[in-house]
Amino acid sequence: MELLTNPLSFVILLPAFLGLAIFAVPRDNAGLLKKFALLGTLATFGVSLKLWTGFDPASAAMQFALDKAWLPSYGINYSLGIDGISLLMVLLTTFLMPISVLASFSYIKEAQRPYYASLLFLEAAMIGVFAASDLFVFYLFWEAMLIPMYFLIGVWGGPRRVYAALKFFIYTMAGSVLMLAAILWLASAHHAASGAWTFSMPALLGAPLAERLQFWLFAAFALAFAVKVPLFPFHTWLPDAHVEAPTAGSVILAGVLLKMGVYGYLRLAVPLFPQAAAVFAPWLAGLGVVGVIYGSLVAWSQKDMKKMVAYSSVAHLGIVMLGVMAFEPAAVAGGVLQMVNHGLSTGALFLLVGVLYERRHTRQIEDYGGLAKVMPAFAAVFMIVTLSSIGLPGLNGFIGEALVLFGSFRVHPWLAGIAVGGVILSAVYMLGMYQQVVFGPLRHEENKALPDLSLREWLYLLPLLAFIVLIGVLPNPFLRRIRPAVDNYIALSRQHTAPPAAVLNLGYGTKESK
Amino acid sequence: MQETLYPLLRWILLAPLAGFLLNGFLGKRFLGEKGGGIAGSLAILAAFILAAVSFSRLLALPPEARLLRDVMYSWISAGTFSVTAALRFDPLSAVMALIVTGVSFLIHVYSIGYMRGDKGYNRYFAYLNLFVFFMLTLVLADSPLVMFVGWEGVGLCSYLLIGFWYEDPEKATAGRKAFITNRVGDAGFLIGLMLLSALLAAHGVFSMDFDTLRQNAPLLSSVTVLGMTAPTLIGLLLFFGATGKSAQFPLYVWLPDAMAGPTPVSALIHAATMVTAGVYMLARMSFLYDLAPKALEVILVTGCFTSFFAAVIGVAQRDIKKVLAYSTVSQLGYMFMAAGAGAFSAGVFHLATHAFFKALLFLAAGSVIHGMGGEQDLFKMGGLRKEMPFTFLLMAAGWLAISGVPGLSGFYSKDLILEQVFVHGGTFVWAMGVVTAALTAFYTTRLMVLAFLSGKRGHGHAHESPLVMTLPMAVLALLAVFGGYLLHKKLFVFLGPAYAPGEGTAEGAGRLMAISVTAGLGGIAAAFLLTMPKTAAALRRAMPRLHSLVYHKFYVDEIYGFLIIKPLRYVSDKVLFGLVDSGLIDGVGVNGSARASYAAGKLLARVENGRLDLYALVFAIGLALMLYWVM
Repeated sequence: MELLTNPLSFVILLPAFLGLAIFAVPRDNAGLLKKFALLGTLATFGVSLKLWTGFDPASAAMQFALDKAWLPSYGINYSLGIDGISLLMVLLTTFLMPISVLASFSYIKEAQRPYYASLLFLEAAMIGVFAASDLFVFYLFWEAMLIPMYFLIGVWGGPRRVYAALKFFIYTMAGSVLMLAAILWLASAHHAASGAWTFSMPALLGAPLAERLQFWLFAAFALAFAVKVPLFPFHTWLPDAHVEAPTAGSVILAGVLLKMGVYGYLRLAVPLFPQAAAVFAPWLAGLGVVGVIYGSLVAWSQKDMKKMVAYSSVAHLGIVMLGVMAFEPAAVAGGVLQMVNHGLSTGALFLLVGVLYERRHTRQIEDYGGLAKVMPAFAAVFMIVTLSSIGLPGLNGFIGEALVLFGSFRVHPWLAGIAVGGVILSAVYMLGMYQQVVFGPLRHEENKALPDLSLREWLYLLPLLAFIVLIGVLPNPFLRRIRPAVDNYIALSRQHTAPPAAVLNLGYGTKESK
Repeated sequence: MQETLYPLLRWILLAPLAGFLLNGFLGKRFLGEKGGGIAGSLAILAAFILAAVSFSRLLALPPEARLLRDVMYSWISAGTFSVTAALRFDPLSAVMALIVTGVSFLIHVYSIGYMRGDKGYNRYFAYLNLFVFFMLTLVLADSPLVMFVGWEGVGLCSYLLIGFWYEDPEKATAGRKAFITNRVGDAGFLIGLMLLSALLAAHGVFSMDFDTLRQNAPLLSSVTVLGMTAPTLIGLLLFFGATGKSAQFPLYVWLPDAMAGPTPVSALIHAATMVTAGVYMLARMSFLYDLAPKALEVILVTGCFTSFFAAVIGVAQRDIKKVLAYSTVSQLGYMFMAAGAGAFSAGVFHLATHAFFKALLFLAAGSVIHGMGGEQDLFKMGGLRKEMPFTFLLMAAGWLAISGVPGLSGFYSKDLILEQVFVHGGTFVWAMGVVTAALTAFYTTRLMVLAFLSGKRGHGHAHESPLVMTLPMAVLALLAVFGGYLLHKKLFVFLGPAYAPGEGTAEGAGRLMAISVTAGLGGIAAAFLLTMPKTAAALRRAMPRLHSLVYHKFYVDEIYGFLIIKPLRYVSDKVLFGLVDSGLIDGVGVNGSARASYAAGKLLARVENGRLDLYALVFAIGLALMLYWVM
């Protein structure tokens, strides 16, 4: 019963159940299928609000905790719990789902029942990843997430969908196999030391591990998560996956799935292996900054809108990594908030590209131009989202970026200084695209009669706009809730189980941040 | 410093914001053209009245306690980093707020006439209101980060308004150029703030409001970063931001292109208010620059060079707005010269008088363009004195004011700057300033002669502008004529000792003044002589190379394109995307390893070909290797 009364557990089970239940709806009753999926995701969002209201912002403990023995002989428990960071991630997920469903209504015309079922299963798995307190459960949800996403790209995607889906799958799989090996190794190391099997995250924290082992295990986790972030140079699956995925797939991919990588560092890689993390962190932050500049420059040369947004994600997530790897309270908080911001603004960008794609069936920038004249409302919304994406003060993107930059400057001044270069470049490519799509004369005959935003499109864009402005003006309700979790993360990152020594002398040593 | 909490301040900002929302969301449907213009103007009038009320409240306080604050809420708070959304109204921000709201109001009224019949009428007023909101945020902010909100916000509005007629790709491009060039500067500004914040945090100072910064700035003097003192480096970085916003060398290139926007926008944003943000910021951070004499030297030289360089380019332009644009760059250079000489309040004084006469000149130019049906080429004008007598008269006031004719506003402020520069900046910089003053008088006179005085060259009849346009110009003309005289004593007393011009006036100030006045009058006379058609043509013939070089603005845009934009484009297109991303990482790395495993699979499949002799051979080799390993 606890599985149903615990709101966290319920938020996972509800979409999973609905994903099964949708098969009771006749397959050709498209109207009912859509309604079912929309109401289902809305209900899930409604339930998840309980997590927000019932959350104690002052506490660093795992809240809404659930701990049920599952495979006791191996010490595997179905245990869940969220802190402020996971709270924001869970809510971002449940918030983006109804939007994704609504954006699929006219886009998805074939095989609607399995499509919406995939979305619902995906939702359950994603929330599961953010809620898991047991490594084994975490890994199960992590892998479970891959399957519906693979189908979303591979079945409902664009012309090169099979290539993109396979690339996505193998890329992530390769990473997660390493992670599985590391998880098993970690558990057996703990077993060898204490004589008991456990996969519980809190129990494994601070397990005394030899330095060399820490180093290898961290590397395995870090690689799996680097693919997901994606960190340069593990990013090339992303543009392909985005271009081929249907709009909703892109929204979820950018909005939630890309957060899994950073979340993995926050929840697992760094707290489990703080000593190795201290050695690697400057390098990971450095790769993040390379991603900022590299992603921005490559985005600039894209001709396909979705590809450009995909590469801009590499840049945005680079900023996030810089913040998270600085181990400085403001920078980490900024990184976490920027994860949410990126989900909102990049999600919105993909939705807007989808709006155009449904009208003209092309994503090439040069096929547009002068849209402000025929679609003024679209132009206005697109402008606000663009500004959010390039970090204009007053909108959400600025808060996250500023916190990351000001915070990490205290630790890595050069990296933060270089990352500011990304601030300029984001304006170059985003405004360049905006200008070519929205301004200028209406060059193409086909664009002269394009209808402006429909009511349905307004419905899914407005909530995003509301939060883009709200977080920009009033970020503190969000920052306050993640503060204890951030402090906890930083404290764990400093908890060295063995005396710090040169595991791998990379010239940095273990740099403490104050 | 004693402060008085004064929650009225936020309403100075909120009035234009309300105007923006009104015109932006309801404008087209409910207000229409008439209502939109009036609502937009009233919003700014409200802000002006509120600023004036706050000003009188400020005056009622004893001079040492003249600070009104409005602490709204804690905006960002994470770790030890926190920013409070707070406003301050001290003499400096009071002067700025009054200039901004006052000039804005006049230009809003003028726009009612100028933009009549434009299909983006409500959008125009929405943007203009939004601009005033951000400009006031910049001016009233009580911390550099809140200031940065305004700083970027005015850049956004400038972008939107330059590209207001977005269907013309050239105009949209000019807007983007402005935004991006500004952002290059903003990057410097941001890094400067990051450095300031990080260094103060190392000293345990986490609050970033201006009073805290002023008190703790001396802590930084002993810190050395990259071989210079921290205040110097921070000062230089912030100044780099100022060169973007205030169009100084090397980032001035966006301002001439910004003339693509509607002319009232050029008057308001690109002459009177936004472009002066850099000067204001330096004055606001003067406590930091007092610790950074090296940075001040750089500012002095940059201002001096920009001022001269832009004036030279202004001499050869044909487009009436381009002349005024380069003039603005040049005049801003004067303000930076003042700041560089440590005379921040002299810079603010020139900022004020320049706001009057340059806004006037732009509005008058707009009136000319309006009257001539969109013509901007000076060589196609002429003889407008008779057709547009009011405009001529009002513009003449601006012309004489900028030329430094004694008694008019430009005379007071420019003279003060030159005097300060002579004392603190050296003779050479002063001499350049005097030459620039002569050039200024020259190009403005040339403009007046070509447009109004010489014989008619174009065809068609120009018409005088309506009262709604000439009236705001008349108010500005009054200010351009009398503003300097009225302000030149009171302003400094009001701005207080912190901003007073550097100690000591030059010996023989009278002689200096005589020289600069002579330069101005000489410039006017020279322009009358040289713009006579015959001499002008002869001059162009005599020096074709030089004329072409100046006319083409020394090819700076082309040089930037060749040195920065093209290589960057090449790197991103060919090297990073083409070679690294598609070629190396994806081609060789990802798909390569996929191909390699496929090939390996094939190869291994071939090994299992059913030939027992091969199996036996492999088995034997393996066994041999194992034995070797074991023994």
